[in-house]
Amino acid sequence: MQKLMLMGDEAVARGALDAGMSGIYAYPGTPSTEITEYVQGLDLRGEVHSEWSANEKTAMESALGMSYAGKRAMVCMKHVGLNVAADPFMNAAITGVNGGMVIAVADDPSMHSSQNEQDSRYFARFAMIPVLEPSSQQEAYDMAYGAFDLSERYLVPVMIRLTTRLAHSRSGVKRSPPKPRNELRMPGSPTQFILLPGMARKSYRRLIDVQADLEKESHESRFNAFFDAADTSVGILTGGLAYNYLAENFDDFKIPWPVLKICQYPLPVKRIRELYERCDSLIVIEEGYPLIEETLRGVLGTAKKIRGKLDGSLPRTGELNPDVLKPVLGLSPKKGMEVPSLVRDRPPALCKGCSHADVFHALNEAMESYGDGRVFSDIGCYTLGAFPPFNALDTCVDMGASITMAKGAADAGLIPSVSVIGDSTFTHSGMTGLLDAVMENSPITVIISDNRTTAMTGGQKSHAEDRLESICRGLGVSPEHIRRITPLKKYHRDNVEILKEEIAYGGLSVILAERECIQTATRRKRKEKTKP
Amino acid sequence: MKCDIIIAGVGGQGILSIAASIGMAALGNDLEIKQAEVHGMSQRGGAVQSNMRISSGSIASDLIPLGEADLIISVEPMESLRYLPWLSAGGWLITNTNPFINIPDYPDLEALKEQIDAVPRHVALDADAIASSLGSARVSNMVVLGAATPYIGIPYGSFKQGIRKIFSRKGEEIIAMNLAALRKGKEMAESL
Repeated sequence: MQKLMLMGDEAVARGALDAGMSGIYAYPGTPSTEITEYVQGLDLRGEVHSEWSANEKTAMESALGMSYAGKRAMVCMKHVGLNVAADPFMNAAITGVNGGMVIAVADDPSMHSSQNEQDSRYFARFAMIPVLEPSSQQEAYDMAYGAFDLSERYLVPVMIRLTTRLAHSRSGVKRSPPKPRNELRMPGSPTQFILLPGMARKSYRRLIDVQADLEKESHESRFNAFFDAADTSVGILTGGLAYNYLAENFDDFKIPWPVLKICQYPLPVKRIRELYERCDSLIVIEEGYPLIEETLRGVLGTAKKIRGKLDGSLPRTGELNPDVLKPVLGLSPKKGMEVPSLVRDRPPALCKGCSHADVFHALNEAMESYGDGRVFSDIGCYTLGAFPPFNALDTCVDMGASITMAKGAADAGLIPSVSVIGDSTFTHSGMTGLLDAVMENSPITVIISDNRTTAMTGGQKSHAEDRLESICRGLGVSPEHIRRITPLKKYHRDNVEILKEEIAYGGLSVILAERECIQTATRRKRKEKTKP
Repeated sequence: MKCDIIIAGVGGQGILSIAASIGMAALGNDLEIKQAEVHGMSQRGGAVQSNMRISSGSIASDLIPLGEADLIISVEPMESLRYLPWLSAGGWLITNTNPFINIPDYPDLEALKEQIDAVPRHVALDADAIASSLGSARVSNMVVLGAATPYIGIPYGSFKQGIRKIFSRKGEEIIAMNLAALRKGKEMAESL
């Protein structure tokens, strides 16, 4: 079979499809978006579910529901999305699965497109489920292909952990023979999915009992490979794609020291012990937080020296690359020419003609008399309004936080407080917060900057489309304080006036600022033009 | 054979089409490829790059180490300089000279030209002007790729086939335009 050129994300999707996946659930989030988009692009409607979910929690629960019904399901998200889905995630580990369930999480060390660089392996350890961490696109495929079997063998969800670099890097991938999809099949035990205390205690016991088996799987896994070498003054442990950066530093990839390449968790303790006993000291190289290293050191330490992120031998933050490994390997860095001093930073910016820009111009003018520090914002393209020339925003924390933080600040006496949130972020996590504000008629103004898409991740369909006014009314926002504006230069004066009125109003108001994303509008027009 | 390339530009300028075309050309020659790209926030008018590695042997890292790139291909002059620390001692810089100015402190164009000229091995051409003269400013990225083709170590015909495949769904007219841009870029580079 000819090799496919796939990104790590796409390789996960291809592997899952070939393993007989019946449905994939996700909310878009860089760097995980392309997993689901790959499946959507194949147009398997009616055979494999692939529509977007409202958020990661609803996605996780739907995947668990599909697993309950005996079919293989995948749920995908970025690292911070797992926070949103944490409740079903932790509890799915307790219920266990019926059909195989795989949770693909893409972490973003270096925060290329995120607000933190949390390491999902800790979450998996917290839930006590296995993790597969590919070091190549081929492994991403092979792991997704095999993960459902692993999940069904031990009745536990399995995590595939990617990081940005592999998620968004392409390489050749060889496929395995496609497997048939599962038939509908009820769970073996009728109480497996009922987490009432008496039953949950049994399920939790089962999860603990299966840990030894999972460690045995790790011990025997072909993904945890040992490469021997003669010089045992050092032994190296790598996590995931860190192995590639290590190999890159040696001619013909011949690493002079023994290496244990760890790509499956729980940690293969026996193999780690073997390496420790064989070598005089250890170096631990892993992408993300120092999970392996911290575990090895423990609180009491080890007799032999361990170098890694915790002792400063490797950088504690940011993603790895071949160059940051050089000092700990005793290699001197190579470098080309210096970057000339005239080269300037070029941070991302709102597109020319973006509707959010007109919202910020109007908002800045409407807020002028109140002073700075009152605009709470959220996660999306519009967060770029925090940068010049707008400097319009004062917070960006997590999905939906703009509304609830504005409410909390107003509760504290910061009146008026304003929230700026996107349409898709609003239906992801803003609606429940708005309900809180409705209950107390909080003196805040919520601007939903509605560009009719999930823009930052590439223009996916927004659940909010054509529903925002009815959602706000349904939640109980007073209809006379739901105002619509069209963020265009020619309406600037009117928009400022409407904003001023509602910001001055002493209760809850919602401004729907509606204009299509300039990117999706351009794409739509181009498509319409090429249509015969 | 081994060729490590950094493709540079500003989000939205079409560097991923360049990467895809090279990738397709390499695939046609049974070469190994790893190609890392930037998605997400930076695509909104920020600095973007793609690390493209091609080899007849296996490839370890998705990222090119400092000082080891054989080639920088840039669709924007200032962006071409951002990745100089990755360029190897014998490496080539191929760049468009037409600036994309979306920041208030963009450097002086003369000073920028001097810095590009200071790179020992470089090809600088106004790809936008060339593309416009061909009838479509949108193919300037393929002009830059054309100028880089003599330095990649893959037969020129493979690039033509690669572009045909990449743009196959867009119709003959668009394929022809991209191929014309590729050829013009190659001719310009060879005549410099």
